[in-house]
Amino acid sequence: MSESKVVKAVPKMPQSWRQETKAHKFCPGCGHGMILKALGEVVDELGIQDRLVFVCDIGCSLLAWDLFNADGVQTHHGRATPVATGLKRANPDLICIAYMGDGGGYAIGAQHLVNACVRNERITVLLANNTNYAMTGGQMAPTSLIGQKTETSPYGRDLAKQGSPMKGPEMVAAITGPGAYSARATVAKYKQMKSYIKKAVLNQMEGRGFSFVECLSACPTNWKTNAKQTWAFLEEQMGAEFPVGEKKGGDCNE
Amino acid sequence: MSKTVKIAIAGEGGQGVQAIAKILTEAAYGEGKEVLYIPNFGVEQRGGVSVAFVQISPEKISALKFQKADTVIALSARAVRRTMQYVDENSIFIYDSSIEGVAEEVAELQNTAKKVLSIPALQIVSEELHPRVFNMLIMGAVIGATKVVSLDGAYAALEHNLGAKFQKDPSLRDMNRNAIQRGYDLIEL
Amino acid sequence: MKKPIEKETRAYMTGNEVVAWAALAAQADIMYGYPITPQNEIMHYWTRLAPQFEREFLQTEDEASAGFTTLGGVMAGRRSFTGTSGPGHMIMQEAMCMAEMMRLPLVSIIQQRGGPSTATVIYSQQESTLACYGGNGEGFRVVYSTCNHQELFDYTIKAFNTAWKHFFPVFVLGDGYQAKMREPVTLYDPEARGVQMIPTKPLLGLPGTPGVDRDPAQLRNTYNTEEELFAVVEDLRKAYEEIVPQVAEYQTYDCDDCEYLIIAHGVVTRTAQEAVKNLRAKGIKAGHFRPVTLRPLAADALLPIACRAKKILVAESALGQVKRMITDGIYGCTTPIETLYKPGEGIYTEEIEAKVLAMAKGE
Repeated sequence: MSESKVVKAVPKMPQSWRQETKAHKFCPGCGHGMILKALGEVVDELGIQDRLVFVCDIGCSLLAWDLFNADGVQTHHGRATPVATGLKRANPDLICIAYMGDGGGYAIGAQHLVNACVRNERITVLLANNTNYAMTGGQMAPTSLIGQKTETSPYGRDLAKQGSPMKGPEMVAAITGPGAYSARATVAKYKQMKSYIKKAVLNQMEGRGFSFVECLSACPTNWKTNAKQTWAFLEEQMGAEFPVGEKKGGDCNE
Repeated sequence: MSKTVKIAIAGEGGQGVQAIAKILTEAAYGEGKEVLYIPNFGVEQRGGVSVAFVQISPEKISALKFQKADTVIALSARAVRRTMQYVDENSIFIYDSSIEGVAEEVAELQNTAKKVLSIPALQIVSEELHPRVFNMLIMGAVIGATKVVSLDGAYAALEHNLGAKFQKDPSLRDMNRNAIQRGYDLIEL
Repeated sequence: MKKPIEKETRAYMTGNEVVAWAALAAQADIMYGYPITPQNEIMHYWTRLAPQFEREFLQTEDEASAGFTTLGGVMAGRRSFTGTSGPGHMIMQEAMCMAEMMRLPLVSIIQQRGGPSTATVIYSQQESTLACYGGNGEGFRVVYSTCNHQELFDYTIKAFNTAWKHFFPVFVLGDGYQAKMREPVTLYDPEARGVQMIPTKPLLGLPGTPGVDRDPAQLRNTYNTEEELFAVVEDLRKAYEEIVPQVAEYQTYDCDDCEYLIIAHGVVTRTAQEAVKNLRAKGIKAGHFRPVTLRPLAADALLPIACRAKKILVAESALGQVKRMITDGIYGCTTPIETLYKPGEGIYTEEIEAKVLAMAKGE
């Protein structure tokens, strides 16, 4: 083969990423890589690599446990929020980011999320919403859309029987006190997502209150979608159900 | 056998049973004795019979629970029924004479107990003292029956518990001390 | 920082108050907790005392959170503890199990209440299995079972040192009686008695920039292959077995020539020893062996005493939870074992005495 004249640009990785363990573990098309890249760039820009503690929930979010050149800990399903809370309470100099999926945040760890909000814990929760339990094989999540077929809602999520999708950032905005930050981003709008994550982390660094970003994320493996369908589901269906934007703090009510 | 004095005090919530036990055991502790006090507690924190289990001894106290008490004091009909189980031939059973509907139980106790004493505690505090000092009169009676602490020791513990109130209103001190003394004098064994 | 206890002080207080003072004396930095009877007053006293000594408290939303926030506290390098009971203890086992896997120096004070389920808020010895072997683990824990207020004070202090020395979760197993009853206790500053508090260290948030000055500290509890996990658990087993001789504690009472051996732990110790005294007065050669640590069990010490005895009586306020550990620990000993079980209820001296008398008569 002749040498190509076109040198493909290698995507630049965040400095804070650990080169040996970069986000190769996620499925093709998965949104986690983009969320974590945005977070990595934020960590770089804010220069907080030496103060960061990255607390991983169970599920696909756990795969990020060694992604950063930062201290971190694996927890149990739903328990990333209390571990981050305990760390921050014991050492407020740390910057504690709990990373989880929609199941960990809105189902098994919902009481932790709710009460961390109520107490306005000075931590940051970063939550990937891909409308299903991906690691366990595509079961229905609190965020599954009405009519969405999953392994445990094979005929589609039924509003009457299974309720409606959980609106996390709106809840967080409603129950947190002054100084909190809450936003919904999407991997489809990278720059905006990164700006929200940055604001959330800054909110913690300034000790203002709880900070929360839900990122709409793609899961082609469990959605069983091709690239085009994936993008359509993310942007059209999820976008219609889950309005992207800041819900509290940031530019929306300052 | 054991030199440990075992006391069970029982009444309705609000009669001050646990306060009696607390002050009495503090008095004994203040006099250098070994003490153990277990408050009765359960899910029925409100509305149930309140029982205090007290042990006072010159030696280290071993078992936490006892089957039979040396002295049992019951301040209500339900308390009489509840505490009969702690009575045997070595027990002194004391109850308030105003308690109604326990004739059968008292008759039975007279067969089992060493001595059964009915004391007009409620009547005395209502007519001569103040209803608030009912429990201190009972504590005086317990001391009279057991001699586990001196009256001075009891006064010191009283001071420790209610000293702040006494400072505001010194007449309360005399009223409480009088009640303890009256209760003590009621017991003739 | 000023010391909470300047000089030895004799005091008369409840067991929960004793625990709060012990944690202060042990230089505990932070308590995380959730209300449940009969543990509540540990928090009540701690929240009153802690601010005076620049210590912290967080009331969480449930016991899962209390357990995991405490783990966060120890990872941050702070001497952290929690307390719970009964149904709360069940929920908290999830965090305790993570501590077992990740070797986190978690300290928990358990004031046992009646079970199964909500049961009573009073007393039991029904949380031994849970404390020793709770969760989906292998029991890599240290469990102290106390019998009076002095021990509640001593072992709460010791629990922090055992945890930070050996990096296994440590339990102080009290009960509702001990929690709520009042008896005298001597409070002291550990250092004044030559007990040095083992320094804590952060497990996360270490000095230097990860990837530049050092490798990142990334704590794991998830493994991909059976072989990988097996190796991890083997390491845990070896580490745990190494500490057993240092950690296992027991107490003997008239065991040298004893023919009738009573085995009892926790507050039943007091009843058993009084029964031994009374039985000896009646000419019965009784003795008492007390496991102070339920886990690890001092089986090596117990075995010869158990083998020498004519008969063994295990007395506990549970349906054989510790008895199962005993029979496992003294496997091979042929001395017949009888039992006195009163799940969720206190045991009277007279009951043990009567049982041993009957055993001596061959009934």
